[in-house]
Amino acid sequence: MTEAIVLDQVSKTYGGQAVLAPTSLTIAKGRFVALVGGSGAGKTTLLKLMNGLSTPSTGRVLLDGADIAGKPGPELRRGIGYVFQEIGLFPHMTVGQNIGVTPDLLGWSAEEIATRTDELLDLVALPREVAGRAPSQLSGGQRQRVGVARALAARPSILLMDEPFGALDPVTRAALADDVRALHERLGLTTVMVTHDVGEALLLADEVVVMAGGKLRAHAPPRELLAGHPDPVVADLIAAPRRQAERLAELARG
Amino acid sequence: MADRLSAALAALPERLGWHVTLSASALALGLAIALPLGIAAARNPRLKWISLGAAGLVQTIPSLALLALFYPVLLLLSGLAVKVLGHGFPALGFLPSLLALTLYSMLPILRNAAAGVSGVDPAVVEAARGVGMTDRQRLWRVELPLAAPVIMAGVRTAAVWTIGAATLSTPVGQTSLGDYIFSGLQTEDWVAVLVGCAASAGLALIVDGLLGLIEGGVARREPKRLWAGGVGLLIGLLAALGPLAGAALSHGKPAYVIGAKNFSEQYILAELMAGKLEAGGATVQRRVNLGSVIAYRALASGEIDAYVDYSGTLWANILNRTDNPGRQVVLDTLRKDLKARDGVVLLAPLGFENAYALAMRRDRAEALGVKTLADLAAKAPQLTMGGDLEFFSRPEWAAVVKAYGLSFKSKRQFQPTFMYRALESREADVISAFSSDGRIAADDLVLLGDPKGALPPYDAVILVSPKRAGDQRLLDALTPLSGSIDVKAMQAANYAVDRDTGKKSPAEAAGLLAR
Repeated sequence: MTEAIVLDQVSKTYGGQAVLAPTSLTIAKGRFVALVGGSGAGKTTLLKLMNGLSTPSTGRVLLDGADIAGKPGPELRRGIGYVFQEIGLFPHMTVGQNIGVTPDLLGWSAEEIATRTDELLDLVALPREVAGRAPSQLSGGQRQRVGVARALAARPSILLMDEPFGALDPVTRAALADDVRALHERLGLTTVMVTHDVGEALLLADEVVVMAGGKLRAHAPPRELLAGHPDPVVADLIAAPRRQAERLAELARG
Repeated sequence: MADRLSAALAALPERLGWHVTLSASALALGLAIALPLGIAAARNPRLKWISLGAAGLVQTIPSLALLALFYPVLLLLSGLAVKVLGHGFPALGFLPSLLALTLYSMLPILRNAAAGVSGVDPAVVEAARGVGMTDRQRLWRVELPLAAPVIMAGVRTAAVWTIGAATLSTPVGQTSLGDYIFSGLQTEDWVAVLVGCAASAGLALIVDGLLGLIEGGVARREPKRLWAGGVGLLIGLLAALGPLAGAALSHGKPAYVIGAKNFSEQYILAELMAGKLEAGGATVQRRVNLGSVIAYRALASGEIDAYVDYSGTLWANILNRTDNPGRQVVLDTLRKDLKARDGVVLLAPLGFENAYALAMRRDRAEALGVKTLADLAAKAPQLTMGGDLEFFSRPEWAAVVKAYGLSFKSKRQFQPTFMYRALESREADVISAFSSDGRIAADDLVLLGDPKGALPPYDAVILVSPKRAGDQRLLDALTPLSGSIDVKAMQAANYAVDRDTGKKSPAEAAGLLAR
């Protein structure tokens, strides 16, 4: 097993306030990892340390064995996919231009970008003709599909997602989550997803990292966590969706 | 009416050309400074606070004062430059106007650039960082395009302000559409005032419309509108600059510059002097509507070659004297001291006096039994005194108050034109009049006697700049004017320009004097 992402005793302090206690975490290549926890748990901070959107106050971040501090942030981020809840499509660019933005920054030719844009629209199950439209003409679910396509445009091996489905309705959300998991398999990605929905994390991820109060409280496969955990904070967090699932199953049995 | 209009329109290409040149330069300079500053301010709250505060402060200075303030500052800098570099730069005209208008144009651009850039959706900014843009790429590809409509709105506001405020560059010696307004107000030539206002407002509307087209093009991402606006502006700019460039190419630099302060008599005398020079084949540029002290400084520094001033004014303002040793001593001392101080040459007096005198309506003066300033002192506490814009701050006023112990019920300031109206409408009982003013005879006013000799003599004299002191052509043209104009002739010429009906232009009135 090779390590895609290594966080080595990283911490983050904002204006004298520690938002992340020194934390170590290793994510193997090809894994789908979910970061869960309440708001203020430090999960988004942890994610942003991985692509340099935030720099650690102490400790270091290694991607494929190399310390990211040795590379300029913009260059680093062009090689990593990034999707977040607000999507952040550029409103003054077409859907096609949005998808092609990172390849453009990397200096790809216009034809390469056009071919890649078509490929990506197919990949995220959007009709090719949306490429010429403005982002404002799409539905919320379609927009986040474009967000995923933009993140994958320059063929990154790592995909970081910060509450990617948070703003979507449940049906769209479930469909998009399944599609992203399928893409993860198909493209052999290493995916890290922040979510506050523990059920979603347990169903989708290979490994779940539980954060609380700026500390890493657990890191295990879903099945192991469901079997019970000695830390009451972790146990409580896992118990809620589990109880819900059991009640739903009961209800279905009649 | 029709000939007033055609006379006004004849000057339009030059005035409009300069107005456009000045406004466009100031706006371009303001944009070049305020836009980067505004963008930097959007990223730095402290810089934002400081720069917006400073620009806001500038905005609170009345624009006329701001323009006037740059003149002494530039004069000082020019003096330093002469010492350090060996040559100075003109402190009058284009430069002070440009600097003041640039400062004036900065606030809306600065404010909108800062607001526009910091108003970009934070999610979009995070996305720009997330996809791997550098700070510079984020600015050019995302923040500026998204902030462009807001920035353009600021540029529009700045353009309209600048075009309006550029009319105020006339008193510091820059030709602009303000020439119509200042001269027209002075000579009660309402046709000229209207032409000036209409031209300035029309220009502002057209520029605002074209910039609006660009703003719309930017906001709706329609390159067609953007181009239409840009091309329209360019065509307008070239069309306005054409006559100036043509004039510069055909004439070259004007040989002589004749100055005038901001009232009818000065316009007429400037035309008279210019006419004499032009009759001798010289090219002459006129710089009218200069402030009283600015005119002398401009002459001393060689920016104008000649103008007419008055002995009492020079005595008090330039030599800072408050005594009154008599007409001839004042003239002799001035001739000697101005030459020694600034190298300025004083030619022989023109032959009339334009003295400060207090004037009243004849019926009112007779009813109150006032013939002299001494009589006035007793009645003053029940009367309102009207002065022109500078009178109450002049040493003559202080001297009169001191000599006669005058104390009025109230004091009011008027544009000279409106001062006479105020006397008619009884908003003022006594006014500061000029003895050569045509309206004294026409309105049947009496000038109050000055038995104590508190007011100095005001002989009109031609002053020549140091650099023209040995210019025989100029001296030959102007010296024959000495002693050629008596006060009756000057009053008649002034009245021809100032009266309401059958008005003459200053050049036509100068023709009356030349005969």
